[in-house]
Amino acid sequence: MAKKKDIAIDYSSDWNFAPAPESTAHIKLKKKYDLFIDGKFVKPKSGKYFETINPATEEKLADVAEANKADVDAAVKAARKAYDNEWSKLSGKERGKYIYRIARLIQEKAREFAVIESLDGGKPIRESRDIDIPLAAAHFFYYAGWADKLEYAFPNRKPQSLGVAGQITPWNFPMLMAAWKIAPALAAGNTVVLKPAETTPLTALKLAEIIQEAGLPDGVVNIVTGYGETGSHIVNHKDVDKIAFTGSTGVGKIIMKAIAGTNKKSTMELGGKAANIIFEDAPIDQAVEGIINGIFFNQGHVCCAGSRLYIQESVYDIVMRKLKDRMQALVVGDPMDKNTDIGAINSKKQLKVIEDYIKIGKKEGATVYQPKCAMPKKGYWVPPTLFTDVAQSNRISQEEIFGPVLAIQTFRTVSEVLAKANNTPFGLSAGVWTDKGSKIFNMTTKLNAGIVWANTFNKFDPASPFGGYKESGHGREGGLHGLEPYLKFDA
Amino acid sequence: MIEKDYSLSPRVDKMGIDDRVARIKARSIKKEAKVQGLKMILNMIDLTTLEGADTDGKVRQMCYKAIHPHDSLPDLPTTAAVCVYPTFVKTAVKAVKGSGVKVASVATAFPSGHSSRKIKLMDTKIAVDNGADEVDMVISRGRFHSGDYNFIFDEIAAIKEACGKARLKVILETGELGTYDKVRRASDIAMDAGADFIKTSTGKISPAATLPVTLVMLEAIKDHYYATGRMVGMKPAGGISNSKLALQYLVMVKETLGGKWLTNEWFRFGASSLANDVLMQLEKQASGNYQAKEYFSID
Repeated sequence: MAKKKDIAIDYSSDWNFAPAPESTAHIKLKKKYDLFIDGKFVKPKSGKYFETINPATEEKLADVAEANKADVDAAVKAARKAYDNEWSKLSGKERGKYIYRIARLIQEKAREFAVIESLDGGKPIRESRDIDIPLAAAHFFYYAGWADKLEYAFPNRKPQSLGVAGQITPWNFPMLMAAWKIAPALAAGNTVVLKPAETTPLTALKLAEIIQEAGLPDGVVNIVTGYGETGSHIVNHKDVDKIAFTGSTGVGKIIMKAIAGTNKKSTMELGGKAANIIFEDAPIDQAVEGIINGIFFNQGHVCCAGSRLYIQESVYDIVMRKLKDRMQALVVGDPMDKNTDIGAINSKKQLKVIEDYIKIGKKEGATVYQPKCAMPKKGYWVPPTLFTDVAQSNRISQEEIFGPVLAIQTFRTVSEVLAKANNTPFGLSAGVWTDKGSKIFNMTTKLNAGIVWANTFNKFDPASPFGGYKESGHGREGGLHGLEPYLKFDA
Repeated sequence: MIEKDYSLSPRVDKMGIDDRVARIKARSIKKEAKVQGLKMILNMIDLTTLEGADTDGKVRQMCYKAIHPHDSLPDLPTTAAVCVYPTFVKTAVKAVKGSGVKVASVATAFPSGHSSRKIKLMDTKIAVDNGADEVDMVISRGRFHSGDYNFIFDEIAAIKEACGKARLKVILETGELGTYDKVRRASDIAMDAGADFIKTSTGKISPAATLPVTLVMLEAIKDHYYATGRMVGMKPAGGISNSKLALQYLVMVKETLGGKWLTNEWFRFGASSLANDVLMQLEKQASGNYQAKEYFSID
């Protein structure tokens, strides 16, 4: 028998997965995408186009129109006209029918959406196929059901639509975030001008095709592509009644300054630095799986990622051993391979951000761990990364990295971990792992986070509201709460 | 030495187990990985007959199948073992002689386990004296539910001693244990008491083997290995009748315990109909077409 300290499990094997690439043959991407305004694809008045690339290969996928002020004007005008003349006059039941139709069409074309999402954004096909796209459809189904029941959702408050909603979505869940924003806006009776992120515009443009196919009245949904400047034209447009933004805290602050003093309502879903807390009485093997899902889901490009791990000191060694063992089984590489667990980093820019933080962590004296994994030569990649010997005062445990990088600390008592978990400007999500029910309830009432998961992590459902406190933003998306920001009330 | 309190065995969360299993099931096993995996599966099967109606003739026919699963396909391995009642061990030993196929015998008042220690030991001794290479015992589930963990431990240890050189597989009958916590507890007791393998089921109770229950047991094996340095084998039994599911079990072993466990020394399938489904898939991989089940012998 081996000596105890020499015991290790060898995860290499003579039996290895053969490549299992998802076919891309059925995907018909256009060479050039125009703006979707007033029910039609129209050339941008700016005359400008930008490239969107596949981050796994650095190859160009398509040229996409860049909307300038005049283009955004046209989109808002179309949305206003559609609101005044058609959408606000339709009954909730009729609006619901259109939303159901969108939901069904997404389901019908789910495979196409999933492949495009993974090509454009670098996320593993397993995630886009099993999570992003089915959840996007589920959001449309969910809010379709509310469209004719607003009076019941908000009894005696006379809910009324706002008008034109300006929506800006991020690059980490392009299709899902479009669904989170468009579905409640339409259900509540508003029309929409949406700007997808510049690195991942293709699924939103595919959604525009579906909206055409669903026969929505022209102008009810408009999709304008572009960079931050395009977004600022939406934010500053006088005829926009509401801004819904998901993205970085920095940009969120700029938007809030810009709309201060106007009548625009807002929801901000911003950054996070979630504490994932493992108590000694936790189901350890499943907690390890929760750590993996918490930080490596979507390459860590998740605002609610469990990026700060707190392990009770008495189980620190065993959790670390199990975590490192589990990481040996993670497959990093081609997002189109069905066995890939961790795909490509979304953009060159984000790659730089993550690499810089890894350098910062090392400089701060933290110990870095990365399993050996062969990375493709082209494209943007970061191996799953752990930092131990981390303190609360390290930048890697304070700032949002938005990559597959986990900062690990230990704790000793409940009060200590609560204080540390809440010791952050963010407040989006948190996770608690314990077999003891009373401890869960104690923690969930005291953690300052919009979402707290118990014995699981990164679970989403259309019926469950999502949103944060403090620098993680305000307002909720999902559930009944997600309708409220798209309505005004008499009482 | 402080006596170990098995009621403190690690806890298992069902939602988390289900999540992990879902990830494992999403693995895509294609082409050469599939062919290699299918051959491994065939080589890990304990071809089993445990019927009241078993006869020497039936057992001999099954033994031939274990050695010659499908002679029209070249380079096929044999199954790992044949698994029979103690009364048929002699017949089986004679039938598989020289083939490398092992003979496993159930024992200890299989399947209920309701009998005296004396009879269980004798049952085991008969199987071993008749030449069984492996003994598949059942634990006393009634005593386990009563919390009499010392009894369970002592019984397994006694049977292990009676096994001599034969390897001992301990059947937990997970379908009767009720929770994953209890599966984990029973696994820990069995391994500490000397089990060479832990096994899910008798095949007489539904549910038999499932992926989640197997994962719980594999994690227990991993913890036992880290604690003691001793490898323990795993045998899911019953309810695994198709290749796709069996491949998912292999993925689970690979990702939980690594390549060292991916041989029939450390992993077995207790199954009877699985072999023919594997053969059908191998034939498909070789010829490109599925053949009707009439082309595969049913011993």
